[in-house]
Order: sequence, then structure tokens, then C-alpha cells
Amino acid sequence: MSLELKNVEKKVGIDTHIYPTSLKLEKNTINVLLGSTLAGKTTLMQIMAGLDKPTTGEIWFNGENVTGMKVQKRNCSMVYQQFINYPNYTVYENIASPLAITGVKTDEIKERVGKVAELLKLSAMLNKKPDELSGGQQQRTALARALVKDSDLILLDEPLANLDFKLREELREELPKLFEDRDCIVVYATTEPSDALMIGGNTATLLEGKVIQYGKTLEVYNRPENLISAKVFSDPPMNIAEITKSGDNCKFTNNDIQWKSSAKIKDGTYKIGIRPHNITTYKEGNNPVEINGKVQISELSGSESLIHFTNGSLNWVSLSNGTQQKNVGENTKLYMNTDEFLYFDQNNRLVNNG
Amino acid sequence: MNKTINQKAWYFVIPVFVLVAFNAAIPLMTVVNYSFQETFGNNVFAWEGTRWFKQILLSERFHASLGRQFAFTFIILLIQIPLGIAIALTMPKKGWGVPVCLILMSMPLLIPWNVVGAMWNIFALPDIGFLGHSLNAMGFDYNFTQQPGDAWFTTILMDVWHWTSLVVLLSYAGLNSIQPAYYQAAEIDGASRWATFRYIELPKMKKVLTLAILLRFMDSFMIYTEPFVLTGGGPGNTTAFLSIDLVKMALGQFDLGPAAAMSLIYFFIVLLVCWVFYNLMMKNEAQS
Repeated sequence: MSLELKNVEKKVGIDTHIYPTSLKLEKNTINVLLGSTLAGKTTLMQIMAGLDKPTTGEIWFNGENVTGMKVQKRNCSMVYQQFINYPNYTVYENIASPLAITGVKTDEIKERVGKVAELLKLSAMLNKKPDELSGGQQQRTALARALVKDSDLILLDEPLANLDFKLREELREELPKLFEDRDCIVVYATTEPSDALMIGGNTATLLEGKVIQYGKTLEVYNRPENLISAKVFSDPPMNIAEITKSGDNCKFTNNDIQWKSSAKIKDGTYKIGIRPHNITTYKEGNNPVEINGKVQISELSGSESLIHFTNGSLNWVSLSNGTQQKNVGENTKLYMNTDEFLYFDQNNRLVNNG
Repeated sequence: MNKTINQKAWYFVIPVFVLVAFNAAIPLMTVVNYSFQETFGNNVFAWEGTRWFKQILLSERFHASLGRQFAFTFIILLIQIPLGIAIALTMPKKGWGVPVCLILMSMPLLIPWNVVGAMWNIFALPDIGFLGHSLNAMGFDYNFTQQPGDAWFTTILMDVWHWTSLVVLLSYAGLNSIQPAYYQAAEIDGASRWATFRYIELPKMKKVLTLAILLRFMDSFMIYTEPFVLTGGGPGNTTAFLSIDLVKMALGQFDLGPAAAMSLIYFFIVLLVCWVFYNLMMKNEAQS
């Protein structure tokens, strides 16, 4: 089983919503579409589902061209950011609805709904109406409706975005387990890099209607092909600065900070990307380098401290473990873990990391 | 916290009190006053107790006009609500068609009621009116000034023309507030058009439809101007709805006592029906 997009493009009027995209999703995988709002995640999903037709290009499912085939014939299910359930159906009827329409026998419906409800911890609420449930339970009901069908393709469009923090964490942990033993392809759209990392599987980074990179989630995170992919897959935003390298010596263009690099790249000018957690108030890695900063914003979350600071004309973001109390305007010393620097050439392509 | 006692604040209530007194309480009390007394000239009154109420409640004339009123309201609700929903469903959701449809729909609502009556009167005249003449030319024996059935048909057609738009606009607003994801979810489930309507659109429109039914009930139950101008309650008494009958009694025959009693009964019927209907709808709401 596989889902393949071949040069799919979507235009609405003169606007291009999706630039020509080719993507192959394999069976039994969870695929994260990671990108900010308007990156084209939802459009791409609707094209995958058959809710929307691509302007050009083809969609192949299991070696069959399904371009233009209606969604009803595709055996897919979708969960939305909003909690979409039939308002005057009970939870049971809601979960049963996709089965009832296709004419599954009552006994079988009962059994399958029971199973899915148990999996999603809805067994006690089967006789309630969606309005009587909490947001988390409403979304569980919507998820149950998507799962009960045994779809080949399950699309989740920011399913956790409307939930509060606690419920989101809880459901996010459960999600990958729900799909573990299922013979299906899961596509999960999100704006949060942390979602992608927790869900694992594969990730496609998207920006403004283009798929930037697709691969195993950790690989995309650790070895972004280019600067754009690195930026999309970084929260808080990645620090970017220009450097010059001659021999082993590297130096920032805008200040005097220097360090030794073992990166096997030619001498010249590069851009480096530094993830915020590689600038900390304490030394980390084998070659830490000191940087002075003037604190602009300091946010404490308890387990982590986010410090925005300036050094010369550049703005930097650092993320340290623990509570690191800094006052705004204070001059402070921070350390950069040079082992984790990402080096990009003038065309923004990754040349080396470390 | 210490509560400050300031009885002077009551003074601020006085303007509202006076306003309500003049526009609601005093006129209503005048009617109540009339309903319990016999009126002679020169402001001479005699106490009659509940005589007028009994007389009205037992009178065949009142029963007949109340019956006509319920029949009329029932028929127009039966036509306007489904028709309004149906039109709203076919209206475009985006593009240039939206303002065009909305303006076309609100046109009838903007026309003064007596003009609507006069318009339809002329429109339906069997000799010169477009509708009346055309129907006769097609072989129908149509004359709304002489045949009760034709008078009813014309009155109902006029009301449907005048007021269906209100239901359309309310339903349209209700439909537009449904997120597109609901339709997609239904599509993915493979739900039929009817199922989508029955299980998504109708439940989501419930609140605006409650409002539409309530508004249309009250307005049609109190209808006066349009049928008065169109048929004047005729032929005979066949289209004399409650309010037309009431005005005939009060100003035509100058039976102020019975007319006052009738207005109060009329008022209580409207209040009762609205109250019952609203509570039923809200009870359902609380359950779901």
C-alpha cells in the first residue's frame, strides 16, 4: 500500500496554493506535514483525500491512478482542527455513522464501535451528545469515527490545535500508539515542530506551498537539507548568522567571536544555523564558545528558560535548562555549543554539521 | 466589601418607568378598563364584570375569526418555513451572486404593508390585474372579490411573497455559520445530500429556525394591513382575521367593551402560544 503524489500542483485563479510536488508515502507510516499556517498543509491533505482535485499532476494509490476519484470511493477518513461530529447523534451513533452508511450489520457495528470507544476511552460516554462532552472528548469521538472505518488513509488536520495544553499532551502521547497496529497510511498536519518530533515517523517540511524536505523525522531535524527546512523545523526560531572560515578557524562576520571547526568544508563565507538550545547559560559540548549578550526578554517556564539577547547588531534566542533568572538589560555571558552548528553555503544548502 | 447605601439611585429609574408607563402600561390599562365596563356617551361608565369576556368567548363570530386566524397562520407557516429553507439552500455561498440574491430577497421586506396590500389588490383584479386577468385567460374562474377560496388563495400568496424572504435570510445566515469541515466530514462518510441536510444543516439551523417560526407566527397572527387593503375581510367575513374583526367591532360597531375584552383574549393567546413554543424549543435545547 502506498500513496504517491506525482507532480501535483494546485492553482486557484492566479494564486498557486501548491507548487509541483512529488511525494511517496509508504504503508504503515505516520507522515507529518510540518509548516506554518497557509503553508498548504490542508490543501495537500484535501488533494490526498480527493476532496479537492489537483490542477495538474496525478495521485496514485496502491499502484492505481485515483486522480479525480471521489472521496467516497477512496476509503479514507479525516479529523479536523474543529471538533466535527453530528450534533444530534449520540457518541455511539457518531462513531457508528461511517459504518451504518456503508451497510455494515448491527452486530458488527456494535463490536467495532465498542472496541474503538475503549481504545479512545469513550466507553462511558457512548450515550451522550457531543455538546455534553469536553473538547478533548469531542475530538476523541471524531478520532474514533476516523478509526472505526479501517481506512487506508487517515488524515489528521491539526487535530490538537484547539485543545488546551493538558489534553493536547495526553492525546499527543496516545496518537502514535493508536495507529501502531493499523494497516494504513497516516498523515498528520501540524504547525508545531515538537508535535513532529513526538510523533516520529516521517516529516515533510512545508513553506508557502512547497514541500521543502521529506524524510525520517529525526533525519530532517538533524540534517535539514537547507536553511528553509531548518527554519521550519525549529521552535523557538533558529539563530542564523554569517561566518567566514579559513583553515580550522571560524569567525562571525559581525563580531570577533572565533572557534575551531573540524568541519571538512572549503574556506569561505557560510551561514550557520544555531538552534536555541545550543546557546545556553552553561557550557555544553566539546568546544563551547563564549558570547556576550544584552538580555532583551527573559521567559521562564520552570523547566526551561528562554532568553532573547542582542550581540552587536544581531538578535539571538537561547534556551537553557532549569530556571536561569536574568534581568532585562543585564549583560550576561552565554555559551554556544559549536559541535551542533549547521553550516549552509551561499545557496542555503547544508554543507556540514558539527 | 462595604455596601454603600444610596437610595437616590432610584431616581435614575424614573425616566424608564415613565416611558414604559406611557407606551405600555397606560394604554393596556385603558383597554382593561373598557373590558370590564359598559361605555355610554359623555364618559359615563357602568360596571359589567366579566360579561364581555363571557360574551366573546361564547360568541360564534369570535370562534369563526379565531379559526380563520389559526388556519391562515398554520398554512403560511407550512409554506413559508420549508420554502424559505429550500431557497436558502439553493442560494450561492460566495461570489457576485451573494449580494444580488440578498438584495432581491430583502426587497419585499422593505415595502410598506399597505403598499403590498394595494399592489396585490391591483395585481389580482380579475379584469385588469396581471394575475387575475392571466388566470381567467387560462380558463380559471378566478375572482378574489367574490369567491372566498380565491380570496384565501390571494391572501396566502401575498403573505408568502411578502414574508418568505425573512425565513430565507435567517436560514441563509444559519447555513453560512456551518463550518465547511462539517460538509467535508459528511462527504468522507459518504452521507447523502438528504442525510447532510437532516443531520448537519437542520440541527445547526435549529436556533434561527426557532426564531423564524416565532417571528412568523406572531406577525401572521396579528396581520391586519395587508388583508384589510386586499380584501377588507371579504367576501363576506371569509377573510376577516382576528385583528380585522376586532377593528370592525371596536370602530365599526363602536362596541368598546366587547372589543376590549377581545383584544385582551387575543393578546393572551399570542402570549400563550409564544411562551409554550419557546419553552418547548428551549427544553429540547437543554436536553441535547
